[in-house]
Amino acid sequence: MNFRHAKTILLGALALSFIGLFFGSQISSYPLFVSYNIGISIIMAVSLNLINGYTGQFSLGHAGFMAVGAYTSAVITNHFGELNLFTANAVFAIALLAGGLAAALTGLLVGIPTLRLRGDYLAIVTLGFGEIIRVILQNMDAVGGARGLSVNHAWTNLFWTFGLAAVTIYVIASLVNSTYGRGFIAVRDDEIAAEAMGINTTKYKVTAFIIGAFFAGIAGRLYAHSTLYLTPNGFGFMLSITFVVMVILGGMGNTVGVIIAAILLTLLNEGLRAMADIEHLPGFTVERPLSWLQDAHMIIYSLLLIVLMLTRPQGLFTLRKRNN
Amino acid sequence: MSALLQLDKATIRFGGLTAVSELDLQIGGNELAGLIGPNGAGKTTAFNLITGVYQPTAGSIFFDGQSIVGSKPYHITARGIARTFQNIRLFASLSVFDNVRAVFHLHLQGDVRHALWRGKGYHAEEKSIADRVMELLEIFQLGKFRNEPAKSLSYGDQRRLEIVRALAAQPKLLLLDEPAAGMNSTEKVELTRLIRFIREKFSIAILLVEHDMQLVMGICERITVLDHGVKIAEGAPAEIRKCPKVIAAYLGEETATND
Amino acid sequence: MTEFLQQLINGLALGSILALIALGYTMVYGILRFINFAHGDVFMLGAFAGFYLAPKITRVLPLPSVAGGIAVLAVSMAICAALGVVIERFAYRPLRKQPKLTMLITAIGVSLFLENAGQFVFGAAPKRFPEILPSFPIATLGGLSFNSNQIVVIAVTGLLLIALRFIVLKTRMGRAMRAVSFNPEAAALMGVNTDVVISFTFALGSALAAAAGVLFAINYPSIDPLMGILPGLKAFVAAVLGGIGNLPGAALGGIIIGVTETLVSGYISSTYRDAIAFGILILILLVKPSGLLGKKEIEKV
Repeated sequence: MNFRHAKTILLGALALSFIGLFFGSQISSYPLFVSYNIGISIIMAVSLNLINGYTGQFSLGHAGFMAVGAYTSAVITNHFGELNLFTANAVFAIALLAGGLAAALTGLLVGIPTLRLRGDYLAIVTLGFGEIIRVILQNMDAVGGARGLSVNHAWTNLFWTFGLAAVTIYVIASLVNSTYGRGFIAVRDDEIAAEAMGINTTKYKVTAFIIGAFFAGIAGRLYAHSTLYLTPNGFGFMLSITFVVMVILGGMGNTVGVIIAAILLTLLNEGLRAMADIEHLPGFTVERPLSWLQDAHMIIYSLLLIVLMLTRPQGLFTLRKRNN
Repeated sequence: MSALLQLDKATIRFGGLTAVSELDLQIGGNELAGLIGPNGAGKTTAFNLITGVYQPTAGSIFFDGQSIVGSKPYHITARGIARTFQNIRLFASLSVFDNVRAVFHLHLQGDVRHALWRGKGYHAEEKSIADRVMELLEIFQLGKFRNEPAKSLSYGDQRRLEIVRALAAQPKLLLLDEPAAGMNSTEKVELTRLIRFIREKFSIAILLVEHDMQLVMGICERITVLDHGVKIAEGAPAEIRKCPKVIAAYLGEETATND
Repeated sequence: MTEFLQQLINGLALGSILALIALGYTMVYGILRFINFAHGDVFMLGAFAGFYLAPKITRVLPLPSVAGGIAVLAVSMAICAALGVVIERFAYRPLRKQPKLTMLITAIGVSLFLENAGQFVFGAAPKRFPEILPSFPIATLGGLSFNSNQIVVIAVTGLLLIALRFIVLKTRMGRAMRAVSFNPEAAALMGVNTDVVISFTFALGSALAAAAGVLFAINYPSIDPLMGILPGLKAFVAAVLGGIGNLPGAALGGIIIGVTETLVSGYISSTYRDAIAFGILILILLVKPSGLLGKKEIEKV
């Protein structure tokens, strides 16, 4: 991808989403909610792609970072009552940074023990970390424990969502395409050769985790202020898998593919949910005849994973040929 | 006068096996030296010692006046030692251009933050790097492949690319691990020319591990011979060719394979 | 003191179940260098197989009874053994030449599929596992009280371990298994049919997991399609703890984790129970990645 005009594109996207701010109130809430989910999924998938796709560290605990960001930012904004637009956004921005940094710190803590691990082990350990985070949150009464935490301010809007999505894409894509960033891919392709070529593989791996976690934290904060209710179980392994599927479907290390996959899968998910909610279908007397579709998305994801690996492991949108 | 690379009684043991035993080795600043020995003699292990992949269990290794024992491989590369591998280890999913470019991060002025922010200095630096990468590729006639995936190159070209990639690190010492493996005689002649060319053009020292005797005798100024981890001979090609210990070591291998 | 012994027995029972599952992980890893992520769900399927089998078995044998209980156990094990072979054949075998990551992702897919299809087919609500074995409380001197079912778990596990040891050490197939785990190419050159050996390994591991599932359900009669997730993960940790690829290690790891978890849960805090296994995993990987009984693998440059 050509990034000479990257900054211009970024500013353009930010301007667009700013305009979206004013239309936000005119769109009914459900499509709006779906758009937020799309934006959040994009941020999660692109940030995970840095860790899994570009650096080759197969992390299964990404939802944990999201949880840290979500809870941290919620705790901060819950301190404030009603605020005017300007202050509200200022506080939101601070919560953003705080959530991101808390998540980034968690990323550091997760990244370090996983340094010496390969493939399978790395996956399980990151999964374990995700679970540990969940268990810790479940036991933290200060944030509601298993009962969950209410978020008082519905501050997520189109501007923040797509603005941040644009920033995430810009940052990660620019990073990876730079000379420095090629190092991530080198680490993934051949760690020993990378070390021999002067690349500090440790630093790269940890950096990938930190940056990836930071953006996951940001997505978490967006999530918290749109769903307005957080439970530790909502950030478990199943959620991590959702984003892993997006990265795999899009092609590990293919930012554009991952974005498309994130959009498609979120829409699929919402579509299934909408269909499940249909009250009446001609020909069926039962109410909500398609309610079973609601949980079908996980079955679809799992079959998708299996079929993808058997037929096209490089993802749907990668032009590279299969490794043989 | 101390040599560029100096190993003093370098030893490494793996459990009960002593792979390299009390190796004394010296490479001067612009020398073209060879390291040979029958299979399993410990040549690649010696390379791994020098590049920091293994840490010696005893003895010392000095490079450019400083000890490199305990340093991580990437650190040693930054100090000025680069290598190629016995089995080609290119960055498979990167293009030819990017394989070389990735190494240039060693010479970057900025770091992560520069790549993230992309200020004015960033673009100038990236352009400078791109130019230097192309320059390097052109010297070795690989420029036309710049955007091809590295693994799509022919075997000989891949080996050449690996050498170019190592040179991108701007090393003072280049280690070549069996660069002629899998080559036919024409390619080997070409390789000989290439190695001599590199030594002249970049004024660096080169240490070569090779099985092809003709190649080694033809290029190297000085040859060290290992057998079972121990140095059994050292000297100019003419001496080594006649040395009875060397002949015995290789013949021993011959008879073993003839059983 | 009695409290301690009580917890110890609970821990041993739990540990036995984890050991049985861990053995499957470690056997497959030894042969294929691959972590079968879906293994924990075979545990779940074993329990459900028993659940659906029990009413059918009553036509032939009375339940609860010793004969009936054994029948349910044996048939469940057989069903899951077959299932394990099928999964390997269709989901993993085609990918054997691919990078390990591809197989791992497929395994995750299979695991998710089993869990979610299970929810779909069996219903997500927990079911009550029927009594297939006559159980009676055992009260001993000193105030210890536990149930015969717990002893059954420990005893059956012991028997299965002995049987496994026999198979691995004394039979031709067992020798073949060991050969393939040592060096697949050499074994193939020696005339070992690696495909058959791999299928057998999966069958064996799945049978053990199914046994664990039935034994678990006997003691904790509430079963649901997601019940395999946590025990599967903990059993994996047990396998790593013992040294992945090492059979006695897996059994040892299972016991250690079962006992530790029960003791910590009883004496310190029960809410952190699930995190203990992961904590142990991280600790082991940092301190001794090859596990308690495992060997170090050196990577050749």
